[in-house]
Amino acid sequence: MSTMTTTAVSKTSVPLPNEPKPRFRDLCRMEWIKVASLRSTWLVLLVAAAATVFINLNGVRSDIQYLDNDLAHPTQVLPDGTVWHFVYNPLFRSLSRIAVQLMMLGGAAIGALTMFGEFSTGQVRTTFAAVPKRGGVVAAKITVLCTITTVLAFVVALVSFLGGQAMVASRHVGLSITDPDAQIAIAAYTLVVPVCALIGMLFGALIRNATASIVAVVAFLFLLPAFFGGDKYRWVVEVRHLFPDDAEQTLAFWHKDPYQTMGKWPAGHTHAWLVYAGWAVISIVVAMVVVKKRDA
Amino acid sequence: MIELTDLTKRYGDKTAVDHLTVTVRSGTVTGFLGPNGSGKSTTLRLILGLNAPSSGAVTVDGHPFTDRPRGLRHVGALLDAQDIHGGRSAVAHLKSLAVSNRIPLRRVGEVLEEVGLAEAGRKRIGGYSLGMKQRLGIAGALLGDPPVLLFDEPLNGLDPEGVRWVREMFQRLAKEGRTVFVSSHLMSEMEHTAERLVVIGRGHLIADETLSEFSRRGSQATVLVRTPEAAALAAILTAEGADVQPAAADSAADDDADADGDAGGLAVVGLPAPKIGELAWRNNIMLAELATQNASLEKAFMELTADAVEYAAGEAR
Repeated sequence: MSTMTTTAVSKTSVPLPNEPKPRFRDLCRMEWIKVASLRSTWLVLLVAAAATVFINLNGVRSDIQYLDNDLAHPTQVLPDGTVWHFVYNPLFRSLSRIAVQLMMLGGAAIGALTMFGEFSTGQVRTTFAAVPKRGGVVAAKITVLCTITTVLAFVVALVSFLGGQAMVASRHVGLSITDPDAQIAIAAYTLVVPVCALIGMLFGALIRNATASIVAVVAFLFLLPAFFGGDKYRWVVEVRHLFPDDAEQTLAFWHKDPYQTMGKWPAGHTHAWLVYAGWAVISIVVAMVVVKKRDA
Repeated sequence: MIELTDLTKRYGDKTAVDHLTVTVRSGTVTGFLGPNGSGKSTTLRLILGLNAPSSGAVTVDGHPFTDRPRGLRHVGALLDAQDIHGGRSAVAHLKSLAVSNRIPLRRVGEVLEEVGLAEAGRKRIGGYSLGMKQRLGIAGALLGDPPVLLFDEPLNGLDPEGVRWVREMFQRLAKEGRTVFVSSHLMSEMEHTAERLVVIGRGHLIADETLSEFSRRGSQATVLVRTPEAAALAAILTAEGADVQPAAADSAADDDADADGDAGGLAVVGLPAPKIGELAWRNNIMLAELATQNASLEKAFMELTADAVEYAAGEAR
């Protein structure tokens, strides 16, 4: 028995010679299988995408009812004597704010799910026993999450924009995809979704509980900015400009309508892009640190 | 081989694992016993680096497990059969684990076959019984064909056939030279499974030895003697240094002689049965019964951990 044990020890203690080199893409494949094999992921994403496209195209359709009348009488004198000239905003309905909030919500939910789905079920212990280096797992989660949400949001933005412009094309008020304003708006409409997904992931990693994570991220993205409404104090407006939803509005704003303004102390494009980048970086760094440091 | 060195884990002011130094050897099934809340699961998590120790160290085959970029070829672990997302199928779950460690995907089918889940592999895990989840957890542990295997309460929820199968598998894995470390809060589960035992209570090490060494730790064997001349025999045996007590009534409830009252029972500790027989014969005392009661492992376990039971039923501690 003792000799048998001794040979066994030497057999199993040597480094395993045929262990393949670890690769990052294997972890991405793992995360991809995990995401793809959950029905809830696809349900949330596809429902959000379909609803977003529907809201946008339906908005343009309702515009058309009034469009012909407005175009026939573009200049009106208001009762107070001011002259008002009609300008059609081709982005307002086709890339509407309420619809992008739906995509932001879907992205945040999926992002939170990638973390609380692991922690609340205990799956994370199985995952980290398979891959003890946690940083790689988080990085793979981020890669897969950002890829899925970016691709989906881009398709949604493109379909909404092109569909909406096609519907008003016969009235010659549409915007070409080659227009820089259109391109910035589409990029903003797309990229706000992975940014929200990363914020969702951060809340999922911090809170670990399904319901609490979702409630917290929704409150953060949509309720908290409401506390910074109005334009009485400059600092209040500046705080409001730090939220992703506000940044998206700044980037998607249609500057060619002289009757619409962004209000007092508007934020610039650079500021808005930095808000996107800032939240992405903060979410990634904090999620990485808490997942690495805390017991699984 | 798993080496714990002065391993300690505190949660706030509660010490879950208290200066534990243990070596779990390869080539044998080691049982890891302790009452509920004694720190078994925490210890297993510390081995896997899921929880960070407050102090001390733990290595698996000479390396901290967290130094391994990929784990499945080094350690296979079933910590909790419920540690799994119920929304996936067993196949998807095992595939995700296999690809992360570059384990060929044919292993997924092989381990599912081995644990008897080949049929149910495509169904959602959420619909599995506890026993099926245990089997799936074992399949995950076997996926990377690792030299070290950890199982936390693997017999929970398994049917008798499943228990037998798991025991035979553990013994086979150990014979192949692997380290097999199996936790349980029931001695009876370990009795036919493990060759060595590590017993803890309240995070402290109580015993680290072979099963037979452990059984000798409990109360010494008790010899039950029945004789019409109980008083006389008791005096003789006491003079020889034995501890003699009247036998508990319920231990002989089915004995007819008991009802007559003419054959009093004695429980003797400290003298072996042949010696008692010899003494009785020399003193012309007739014996109606002479039987050694085997010291049970269960009893040894209960006695050893009695002071360390964290959650006792009944009166407040």
